[in-house]
Amino acid sequence: MATDSGLLRWIPLLPLLAATIHGVMLGLVRRTLPRGGVIALSCGAVGLAFVVSLLAVFQLIALPPGERVLVDNLYTWIGAGKFSAEASFLLDPISAVMILVVTGVGFLIHVYSIGYMDDDHREDKGFQRFFCYLNLFTFSMLVLVLGDNLLMLFLGWEGVGLCSYLLIGFWYADRWNAYCGSKAFIVNRIGDFGFLVGIFLLFAAMASVGKPTVAYRDLAASFHLIADMTVTLPDWLGWLPGAPVWKLPTLIGLCFFVGAMGKSAQIPLYVWLPDAMAGPTPVSALIHAATMVTAGVYMVCRMSFLYEAAPGAAALVAWTGGITALFAATIGIAQTDIKKVLAYSTVSQLGYMFLAAGSGGYAPAMFHLMTHAFFKALLFLGSGAVILAMHHEQDTDKMGGLRHAIPRTWLVFLVGVLAIAGVPGLSGFFSKDEILLSAYTAEKIPGHRVLWMMGVVTAAITSFYMFRLYFRTFHGDFRGHGRLDKVHEPPSTVLTPLYVLAGLSIFGGLAGLPQIYGDWLGVKDSNSLANFLSPALAGHHGHAVDHATELQLAALAVLAAAVGFALAWILYVQSPELPRRIRESLGIVFRAVRDKYWVDEIYDALLVRPLVWISDRVLFRAVDQGLVDGALVNGSARTVQAFAARGLKYAQSGFAQSYLVLMVVGTIAIVGWLVR
Amino acid sequence: MIPLHHVIALSAALFGIGTIGALTRRNLIVILMSVELMLNAVNLALIGFSRAWGDTTGHIFVLMVIVVAAAEVAVGLGIVISLFRNRASVNVEDVSLLKW
Repeated sequence: MATDSGLLRWIPLLPLLAATIHGVMLGLVRRTLPRGGVIALSCGAVGLAFVVSLLAVFQLIALPPGERVLVDNLYTWIGAGKFSAEASFLLDPISAVMILVVTGVGFLIHVYSIGYMDDDHREDKGFQRFFCYLNLFTFSMLVLVLGDNLLMLFLGWEGVGLCSYLLIGFWYADRWNAYCGSKAFIVNRIGDFGFLVGIFLLFAAMASVGKPTVAYRDLAASFHLIADMTVTLPDWLGWLPGAPVWKLPTLIGLCFFVGAMGKSAQIPLYVWLPDAMAGPTPVSALIHAATMVTAGVYMVCRMSFLYEAAPGAAALVAWTGGITALFAATIGIAQTDIKKVLAYSTVSQLGYMFLAAGSGGYAPAMFHLMTHAFFKALLFLGSGAVILAMHHEQDTDKMGGLRHAIPRTWLVFLVGVLAIAGVPGLSGFFSKDEILLSAYTAEKIPGHRVLWMMGVVTAAITSFYMFRLYFRTFHGDFRGHGRLDKVHEPPSTVLTPLYVLAGLSIFGGLAGLPQIYGDWLGVKDSNSLANFLSPALAGHHGHAVDHATELQLAALAVLAAAVGFALAWILYVQSPELPRRIRESLGIVFRAVRDKYWVDEIYDALLVRPLVWISDRVLFRAVDQGLVDGALVNGSARTVQAFAARGLKYAQSGFAQSYLVLMVVGTIAIVGWLVR
Repeated sequence: MIPLHHVIALSAALFGIGTIGALTRRNLIVILMSVELMLNAVNLALIGFSRAWGDTTGHIFVLMVIVVAAAEVAVGLGIVISLFRNRASVNVEDVSLLKW
């Protein structure tokens, strides 16, 4: 059923080529390319990858809807008996959406970085290295989404984790940045462990029914063979719901979701994302808004056949998403750093995506993934423009009234805020409504109405903190040091991608326009995105509610957004002294929210410090230095030395005649034995 | 005819004297002489057997041994002279340098 396409391999290979050239130049040849060369190579590679992606998607669309699968097999990566894992790429509707987002938004961010990383060029602090890492990241992300089996997914998964580390700690001379990069990587790794366990479980189960494979198409086709298998939990896990017998798909789905928790920053593994803001702003936009963090969502949608057979796991996904969305949103309302607000916002919006995916709304999750990529990248890049304009000041306490000083930046940022708040007509409105609708109708999830309500409340809070950020930055009086007229617009290489993203944030919702609005406009099958994705996703499609209810739900979401806006207006435009009074009266509650409920501190005390202590005292000093170095290595040397020095060396007397005695005695012994 | 066992007995005695000399004496030249004595004892045994079995292989072997013994003495004395030049002694206890 699949069609071959030679195009697919070029999509990841072009950025890889650019990254390799940069790497060879920097590492082996040790000469940097001129600035124009770096830009042409890196931006050209990703831009070209975008063009190829478009061509490949056109190729895909040309096929009839039930057969939209393009394959490109490079070679057999692992061949072991009956099992083989191919290094091959698969383009179907899900990955089509992903590659367009990755290469498209990625290209815009590459262009933006030309202007943003200019300091690093002028002071020769790693302009080329930055683009090398960006290209390497793009390659890894494309392998992740284009791979046709779980091993390729995992390869890309780890690759983006590595590049995330390299890019967050890009300005590594400052130890804090290096620490944040390590934190991101280590927390990711914890998730990866769960992910690997899931892959092993799935493979073991599939092999036990005679189908040892990890390729998606084979898994989906043969999944029914293991869908009813069960595992018996050990006694000490008997307190878990549904114990002691669990369905195997549920266990596998849970393990996979642990990986998604790490990569996509859900509770409890979200702690790396706010600190990842230590990296340059384009990195935050690309990796921590548009692409890498969405890998978890992609993975859940890709494994939709698994989650449809594992309602327990799906329920956990949905609830984790919902709780994370609400939790992160509450932290966002008290942050003062412009990027931290956006970071918590990202965690929250990712929560929305998992809320949808867990509720069976895989298409809405992908839709929100896409629109979120547009407006979150816009917001991050816009904040980067503000930071540049403010000469690298990130604290909104020192901003204010910037809309006259940097009007263009102001305008695009406003578009982003309107989109994320869910103002009707913009992209965020449609995707958020689809998510809330899938939660509302998710009968299989226990407490789904509560979950839906949490989503609505989160929407209100989202609107509040985004408008709070907007008002504090662009309205009111300028609170910074220096003079307002020193703040000027960033260059056009920075602004142009922002314009494009603003356009996408406004009109991107039309790709997945829900049918009720399509009916108003007289467009049949208006939800192109859902229709495009549905053959590739498992589960029921279409809505289970009538139009009236759907409109009521949409109106409620708009009301929530309006409430958030109104509250932000009152607190930050009308009565600016109110926030301080509220802060003081709330006291410890405010401090808890501002200090992110001390989660980092709790983790540090409960997990990090004991681990570091064990590693240092026990594993390093006792085992490595004491046992291995001391007893085993030095000890065995000392034993041999004692034996030799105390006894054996005296045999070497240097006295030829004593050797001769031994020779004669030996000869007599041998001859005597032979003659006997 | 000399009985074979007389010849062998003499050869064994000479070999024993040579061995004990090589093991016990301190003068390097005396040690070399003892080694020569061992070689000649062997020659005697070979000739004795050769005569007894009427086989000339023993004779030929003896000739070879004599040649080798001569060469070996030449080299050995060369070493002794070199040692004497460096250490002013032919006492074997003075050349035990390769020790712990």
